[in-house]
Amino acid sequence: MSKDIQIKKGLDIKLKGEAEKVTENAVSSNVYTLKPADFHSIIPKLSVKVGAKLKAGESVFYNKANEDMKFPSPVSGEVIDIIRGDKRKLLAIKIQADKEQQFFDFGVKDAKAMKADEIKSHLLASGCWSFIKQRPYDVIANTEKEPKSIFISAYASAPLAADYDYVLAGKENELQAAVTALSKLTAGKVHVSIGKNSNSPFAKLNDITLHKVSGPHPSGNVGTQIAQIDPINKGEVVWTVTPQDLVIIGELLLTGKFNAERIIALAGSSVETPKYYKTKIGAAINSIVGGKLKKEENRIISGNVLTGIAQDLKGVLGYYDNIVTVIPEGNDYEFFGWIKPIFNKISTSRALTFSWLFPNKKFDLNTNTNGEHRAFVVTGIYEEVFPLDIYPIQLLKSCMYKDLDEMEQLGMYEVAPEDFALTEFVCVSKQPHQEIIRKGLDLMLKEIG
Amino acid sequence: MGLKEKLHNIKEKGKGKKWLSAYSAFHTFVYTPNETTHSGGHIKGADDLKRVMTNVIIPLIPILIFGMFNAGFQHNAAINGFPEGMSFFSGDFWNLDNLYIGAIKLIPLILVSYVVGLGIEVFFATINKHEVEEGYFVTGMLVPLIIPIDTPLWMLAVAVAFGVVIGKEVFGGTGMNILNPALTIRAFLFFAYPTWMSGDKVWVAGANALKGTPDAISGETILGGLAQGKDLVYSTWDMFYGFIPGSVGETSTLLILLGAFYLLFTKIASWRIMLSSVIGAIVMGLIFNGVVNAGWITEGSKFYDLMNTPYWEHLIIGGFAFGVVFMATDPVTASQTNKGKWIYGFLIGFISIMIRVFNPAYPEGVMLAILLMNVFSPTIDHYVIQGNIKRRLKRLKVQKITIKNYG
Repeated sequence: MSKDIQIKKGLDIKLKGEAEKVTENAVSSNVYTLKPADFHSIIPKLSVKVGAKLKAGESVFYNKANEDMKFPSPVSGEVIDIIRGDKRKLLAIKIQADKEQQFFDFGVKDAKAMKADEIKSHLLASGCWSFIKQRPYDVIANTEKEPKSIFISAYASAPLAADYDYVLAGKENELQAAVTALSKLTAGKVHVSIGKNSNSPFAKLNDITLHKVSGPHPSGNVGTQIAQIDPINKGEVVWTVTPQDLVIIGELLLTGKFNAERIIALAGSSVETPKYYKTKIGAAINSIVGGKLKKEENRIISGNVLTGIAQDLKGVLGYYDNIVTVIPEGNDYEFFGWIKPIFNKISTSRALTFSWLFPNKKFDLNTNTNGEHRAFVVTGIYEEVFPLDIYPIQLLKSCMYKDLDEMEQLGMYEVAPEDFALTEFVCVSKQPHQEIIRKGLDLMLKEIG
Repeated sequence: MGLKEKLHNIKEKGKGKKWLSAYSAFHTFVYTPNETTHSGGHIKGADDLKRVMTNVIIPLIPILIFGMFNAGFQHNAAINGFPEGMSFFSGDFWNLDNLYIGAIKLIPLILVSYVVGLGIEVFFATINKHEVEEGYFVTGMLVPLIIPIDTPLWMLAVAVAFGVVIGKEVFGGTGMNILNPALTIRAFLFFAYPTWMSGDKVWVAGANALKGTPDAISGETILGGLAQGKDLVYSTWDMFYGFIPGSVGETSTLLILLGAFYLLFTKIASWRIMLSSVIGAIVMGLIFNGVVNAGWITEGSKFYDLMNTPYWEHLIIGGFAFGVVFMATDPVTASQTNKGKWIYGFLIGFISIMIRVFNPAYPEGVMLAILLMNVFSPTIDHYVIQGNIKRRLKRLKVQKITIKNYG
């Protein structure tokens, strides 16, 4: 049964530098990097040494807690460096790409004919399991627990987000193979949400339940959709996969190859001509942004401005990211900035801030915090941008004083850090909401599991 | 080297030193800091706590200026008699003589409030090594507006010290307090110095000094007068405009109303609290009017005059309007859930009028009503949140039953 989702509470942050719908090939990166930090809560064990030759899709490291869970090399090439941090913590594995790419052959499969166990072991062996995330805890899915349903959000509402309709165009076959395979892993449904007025390739697929979404951000967040369609209760697990990772899973099934290629958006006000680029997971940031930025001090973000990770030119495109955003740094003082009328920043109040006068204006925001960290004081503003049936401040506070019972009662199983990106944005006390939630989830994962 | 660089260099030097938090309070006042985001979202909304607090002070400024004129006006009116038929722009009110009398009374009160209060805040911030939070910006402005004009400065200093230390800092400072600090200060004044504060001498400037002399003037509020069964000399418009005795900032319902519009327009104060407080007060007022109309209480009763006051008049006399707009809406001490705000506000209005009528010793109920509800607001929130928790548990049960029945 399809259900249309209309979100009222939220905030569309309109920024300058939206990517134009033109795709170019990014400069091909020489070195690709896998960072275990992208896979939250996984303790990696290396399966290769420096000097090892790999084909695309072959395992670079595996999960210490579950040796079947492999993490694949995005390219074929040679492992040239393994970077470790304190206590020999594995930070990054660098792979020098071959000129001629070779793919490891996982075998062509027909998803329709496969049994659940076969699909599972196929995804684990090929490294594609890493694309399946679960809630609660927002980590890679536990292989032991069957999900009650699977959610795919093919509607991106985050600021400057890559348009899924555009980047998925022509990928119907891959998507179909992937959702058919996934649908066998749950007794429930595979829920796919698309924009209300979209021409998404998902619209014609089988084995899914389609939902049409409208309303401001975070309507595109999968957490918002889960809460509307089939909320998570204690003891239950749901899985989430992003559409572009589905394409990789689909291609694996159809061709037997792990092809880490994806179309990403390069966006943000510091980019000279924002557009889409074809690149691969783990590509060097420099290969994407090099020579394309305005000459000023910039913040390069792998991901969107609300949830992405800061990178520099030596950085890497994150494993799950389909956008690189570049905005100006805001490390400057502002004379009497706390009282003067503000026209060039976004505010949900009208306290001598005037963004409410220009609902369609696109803003050029920088990374300044616009004020200092304070204790929670103001109430009521968070609920305005938070569509879940959860009391955001109370949940944040329960995470801060680490009361597991209260966290559970208030709905901790239902949330991921990204659900608190907007409350963080509007917070006048400049509290790090996403970090608080991440730490709370980690604590629960450790104590309850 | 410009001012910006100079101040920046001093900050760099102060890192790890004790005086940094005091310096930062000044530095961030002149310049919003050069801090950038480092975890989570990379962009932040334009508002910070300083902006929010400043926007509470902005609507208080006209009220403060009016309060100065009114202090002088009440003094002169008590000596020369109350002029009849005043309009809002009457020259009897807006003249330099009134302003002068009010200013020399009021400015010292403001200075004492800020110097003592901010001094304590900076002291605690320094020993705790955290930033000086902005809470006292507003409290320090509210305090002179909610006390009688003839409050001695030393009493105010003692009360502010008590209010800031016991009302706020012992709980951990701004954001952690249970009681509204400004009302804690006022309550301390009223209960620590009852002989000075109660009665009819503190509300008009100079009334105390003239006490017992042949020139003695009366200086009681409308509520004080009503509690004693006296007749009113003020018209409804006088009350609405604010040409009446009372605490410095509470008298002009007109300006408070404008302030309320500002706070609601800027989305800083909760409309739920304001609206439900007014509803609560009207309901209680109507009940009392009903009691009088039903003849259950006779004219001889000591409650008769206050009960017989029309319900709408309760909204424009005493400190009700000021309390509801500026004190009940303090987000830290009010209920924090939207549903809770409705209950919290309603009870403030309801109890304010009840205390007014039944407690002639302190014929202003709004202060006690707000403090009482401050204490109960966590309880209200607790039950509202329990509703959310129960809904979640119920969902879990339904899910389990469905699985049982249909596999």
